[in-house]
Amino acid sequence: MHIPDGFLTTPLWLSLDVVSVPVVGWFGRRAQAGTDESKAPLLGLMGAFVFAAQMINFPVGPGTSGHLLGAALLAFTLGPAAAVVVMTAVLALQALIFQDGGLLALGANVFNMAVCGVLAGYLPYRYWGAGRLRRAAVFAGGALSVFVAASLAIVELLLSGIRIPGAILGASMAVFAVSAVIEGVITVAVLEALERINPSWVERRPAEARPAMGLLALASVLLVTVGVLFASAAPDGLEKLAEEVGISGRARALIETPLADYEATFISGSWAAQAAAGLAGLLLAAALGWALARMIGRRRRA
Amino acid sequence: MAALIEVRNLRFRYPDGTEALAGVDFRLEEGETVALFGPNGSGKTTFVLHLVGLLQGEGEVRVCGLPVEKEHLKTIRSRAGIVFQDADVQLFMPTVLEDVAFGPLNLGLPEAEAKRRAERALEQVNMAGAIHKAPYHLSAGEKRRVALAGVLAMEPEILILDEPTTFLDPPGRRVLLSLLQELPQAKLLVTHDAEFALALARRAVFFDKGRIVREGSVAEVVREQGWTAAAKLEPLSGAQSGA
Amino acid sequence: MHHVVLDEWSRRDSPVHRAEARMKIVGALVFLICVATTPRIEAPTFLGYVLLALAGIGLAGLPLLPLAARAAVVLPFSGVFAAMTALAGDTERAAAVVVKSYVSALAVLLLVATTPLPRLLRAAERLGAPRMVILIVQFLYRYLFVISEQAQHMRLAARCRGELGYERPAGWRIRFRGAAGALAVLFGRSYERASAIHQAMLARGFDGRIRSLGVPARGLRRWWLPAAASMAAVAIRLAGRMEFPWPL
Repeated sequence: MHIPDGFLTTPLWLSLDVVSVPVVGWFGRRAQAGTDESKAPLLGLMGAFVFAAQMINFPVGPGTSGHLLGAALLAFTLGPAAAVVVMTAVLALQALIFQDGGLLALGANVFNMAVCGVLAGYLPYRYWGAGRLRRAAVFAGGALSVFVAASLAIVELLLSGIRIPGAILGASMAVFAVSAVIEGVITVAVLEALERINPSWVERRPAEARPAMGLLALASVLLVTVGVLFASAAPDGLEKLAEEVGISGRARALIETPLADYEATFISGSWAAQAAAGLAGLLLAAALGWALARMIGRRRRA
Repeated sequence: MAALIEVRNLRFRYPDGTEALAGVDFRLEEGETVALFGPNGSGKTTFVLHLVGLLQGEGEVRVCGLPVEKEHLKTIRSRAGIVFQDADVQLFMPTVLEDVAFGPLNLGLPEAEAKRRAERALEQVNMAGAIHKAPYHLSAGEKRRVALAGVLAMEPEILILDEPTTFLDPPGRRVLLSLLQELPQAKLLVTHDAEFALALARRAVFFDKGRIVREGSVAEVVREQGWTAAAKLEPLSGAQSGA
Repeated sequence: MHHVVLDEWSRRDSPVHRAEARMKIVGALVFLICVATTPRIEAPTFLGYVLLALAGIGLAGLPLLPLAARAAVVLPFSGVFAAMTALAGDTERAAAVVVKSYVSALAVLLLVATTPLPRLLRAAERLGAPRMVILIVQFLYRYLFVISEQAQHMRLAARCRGELGYERPAGWRIRFRGAAGALAVLFGRSYERASAIHQAMLARGFDGRIRSLGVPARGLRRWWLPAAASMAAVAIRLAGRMEFPWPL
């Protein structure tokens, strides 16, 4: 799921870099109290934990094994703001030390996994984390974090002109679905083990008075994710438009624009419309995440 | 004469209710080195954490004449430094020099002065060559010495060492011993290592179940407790024939 | 572990190692942007990029083959998508994906292999990266090896208990629960270690702001190498827009 450099078109990686920095900065300030940096060691250690945890093998069937990603688990224990920053740190280190994900593409990877993945994973827990549906909420959170992150990555690749034939796309989505389920199952198991050792490590959710809001948010996230995915991959609509125009040609025209001087050509043409549509979808997801974060904030202060 | 450390009737309970300290009285005079013995869980480390305000109990605790309260913590922590048992936890900065300079910088010293103090402290512990090394490249003994340097750089009057010989091999132990013998500060030594204590300290106290149950010279305390708590201390070579 | 090798490489000495860290970051970014925005896969252009990267590696005194091999970890991912794109007819895009991702990985590797991570992080902060993230990465990197080692020991212990030494190795359900339990314990140990670190920080006067020594000012000479490399990258990039006699 870590996108290397050289895949995404310039407007895409550039805009995601530009978006990610202030967003992560905002969450970073929320994760600490004012200028108090006391939490840095804890969050750093938890980042090391995630790194180590991602290496542990979970047998999830007679022949298969899976691994934990940890975004949802972090959100349920440290809270969503801290989880965003920790996952960002993990991704940054993975890009630098292990070449797992590109440097220019870091903004995109952070957006997919550290921001949207964490927030989407936290969503079910926030609304159903207390009460009888708790286990399902934890499972759903884990699954959603992986599903949303992976889908966004695919969307970005498709928008950048990477050709993914329908059959392979379907197969990929199936693999994502399985990974999502595995993440959900592992997250439930580890969270419950944590609670047995020390309940104070897990965030206590107060009873939610407006589950309808949660359903709405959940539906929106799923709709946007799946919707944008289909829009990017559909043979009709956007892709056909792109094929008519010749996406390679158009993409070339855009990225050929050197940084030093501007040309008017890239503004015109249906390429812009397609890019705009795709970006709009992504921004919608971002806005949703933002709104979610605000709701979390209001709850905290209440 | 005011003692460096004065503790009167210190009591402390953990949040879950277990009583860790059940009324401890203690004094440390200037230049003294006192050894704290006692089985695991007897309250030695808990006691020591109270001296720098990392734990807050009931009773009176005074360090260098100041009560251990929020307003005095910064001063107290510059006068009394703890070298923790786990050196890995104490060396948390990316390089040795940065770590040792952490304390002086927190005291508000300008960078140049903090750097100078750090370099001097590292020289004192014979680790000047490791200035730019990362902590994970060091051996257990080297980490212990750098941790000590980190405390020395704050120029404290009291050194508190929690199980300083843990993980050290005999040469490492000897190096640490000679180092400590040359330092003029008053020292509190929490240890199981009776030999080490004998070489450094004159007075000793014995903790049991949150209380000090015996006080005297190191040899006396070790010998007496050695009778009643057979395997709790490491055997002293030639103890039977000693003083 | 991987990062031990990289750590060792970054502590060597060479003109590249000695170059100013912020300039190196900027230089690497310029190179990456040039590569990313290059529209066509033209042999001369990408040859130019590769030669520039190789020059950097040579000047840094780093072993070429191991470094080139490390950068190759991107190839499986790129290869798959390149294959699909090529099969769909866009061979040029396919080649672009493979070449660009590899050359970019090489550049990032060169940056990290010639700059110790703490210095890199400090430079990133001065360039505007969010401080909290920088601090977290610093602590993460410091204790990464410690926690990973703990995890490995637990894995080994669990495997000894579950798989070896019994007539019938434990079923996958039991091993799954074992792994979950191990992760929970690892979480707890990490959490407790963080508390201990915080205590140690307080004991040395920590008051909420993590202070560290600054970086000594570097002379102008240390700027010229990354600056020259950046200009070379831009030159290669722009040269690609001119007509070359070589066909693709």
